[in-house]
Amino acid sequence: MRIKTLLLLSLVLLVSACATPRGTGDLGIIIERAAGSVQVVETTTRTRLTRIAGLGDLSHASLVYSRDARHAYVFGRDGGLTRIDLLRGRIDKRIVQAGNAIGGAISQDGRLIAVSNYEPGGVKIFTADTLELLADIPAGSGDSKRRSKVVGLVDAPGDRFVFSLYDAGEIWIADTRNPRQPQVRKFTNIGKLPYDGTVTPDGRYYIAGLFGEDGLALLDLWQPDKGVRRVLEGYGRGQEPLPVFKMPHMDYWAQAGGNAYVPAVGRSEVLVIDQQDWKEAGRVAVAGQPVFVVARPDGRQVWVNFAPPHNDTIQVIDTLSLAVIRTLKPGKAVLHMEFTPRGEQVWMSVRDENRVDVYDTGTFERVASLPADKPSGIFFTSRAHRIAQ
Amino acid sequence: MRRPRHMTGIVLAALSALWSGTACAEISASRQAELMHLLVQDCGSCHGLTRKGGLGPALTKEALDGKAPVMLREVILHGRPGTPMPPWKSFMSAQEADWLVQVLIEGRTDAH
Repeated sequence: MRIKTLLLLSLVLLVSACATPRGTGDLGIIIERAAGSVQVVETTTRTRLTRIAGLGDLSHASLVYSRDARHAYVFGRDGGLTRIDLLRGRIDKRIVQAGNAIGGAISQDGRLIAVSNYEPGGVKIFTADTLELLADIPAGSGDSKRRSKVVGLVDAPGDRFVFSLYDAGEIWIADTRNPRQPQVRKFTNIGKLPYDGTVTPDGRYYIAGLFGEDGLALLDLWQPDKGVRRVLEGYGRGQEPLPVFKMPHMDYWAQAGGNAYVPAVGRSEVLVIDQQDWKEAGRVAVAGQPVFVVARPDGRQVWVNFAPPHNDTIQVIDTLSLAVIRTLKPGKAVLHMEFTPRGEQVWMSVRDENRVDVYDTGTFERVASLPADKPSGIFFTSRAHRIAQ
Repeated sequence: MRRPRHMTGIVLAALSALWSGTACAEISASRQAELMHLLVQDCGSCHGLTRKGGLGPALTKEALDGKAPVMLREVILHGRPGTPMPPWKSFMSAQEADWLVQVLIEGRTDAH
């Protein structure tokens, strides 16, 4: 009798726990790249809510959030596009839309999902609610039959998606006001091997990092007629570049005090750019080849992780003095960092230790650690309302 | 008892078995595990965890069919100038690169 009551009571508790309405503003997703699974986590008490499997090859996986911050669209390496319901902790819908994909974006109005593909090279546009294919933009360059791998896909205000063609060295703007027939504007000869791109938080400037030469390509989306121009040209000063054992990434635009912070390619430096005139404002010597260079949301610090063999290290740059003020050794293979919405803590995936560690950004102390299976990207729902999340 | 028709084939197979056998014998099990980890995780960053390619080309058994092992070893050790493929010689010996080439050509996903 008592056991029955207890069972009943726990059942009631369980049901009411599930039914309790909750927000999603403190939720996030951790990618478990090798297992093809994701964890849904909560940043207020730093706990795991659920684990969702069956997402395919998640190496280099990334995601964007719906504007209600309840759903996530996960872009997998194997071309998988998966919509996840964070509150129900399950997959809503999953399609495999290409042979090899690299990332994606969600339109300003939240109604379109764009995916950038390596194979076949191009961008595909889908409805966000049903994942129905609306348009396919093959990334062929000029008369060449060869299609380019597409990188650095972002959304921009005005129903636009912007992306770069890795092989061809071009930047394209796709206007999706009529999503079934996107109007594409192409900018050619933007530089050799653009490896990634991002846009400033106001959506004005699109910047592509170049692997094939020292410099970045800059496009003013307010004045596209002015064309693409090269900035920080020749920052390597002719020195032989160091080998790059992992491609740097341009995640969310890192800016602080009017300056932007980007990884140098082939040298152990973070480049600082004055966003008024887009000239070099300084450079910070760091521990190795930077991979992610991310600013704390208030811009007071910039955190950097590195390519092998320095991928056990994190460095923190003070944005007033441009000095490295802290070097952390969280463990083997630190792959990604994500700040809590207002930056009091940072979560980082330590892949080879099978952990996600949480650090206090004021004291630099580790305040929590969560188990995770070969974690890579960490994405919090605060991205949902950013331009170019 | 049947006589082998192509003696060369047999000799080649024997030689190749001997070669891979030697390579395995001289790389400890723990080092093999490290190399597999590097292959999956670090090479996988560009070539895909399942070797189906990414920014770098596919490294599946099918994709490597007909490619000379020596050439593959040289690419691993010295990289390919003009492309993002870096030289991995500071991470492994030539013999260890040979072992990785063998793993790739055979399409093996475990160390043994």
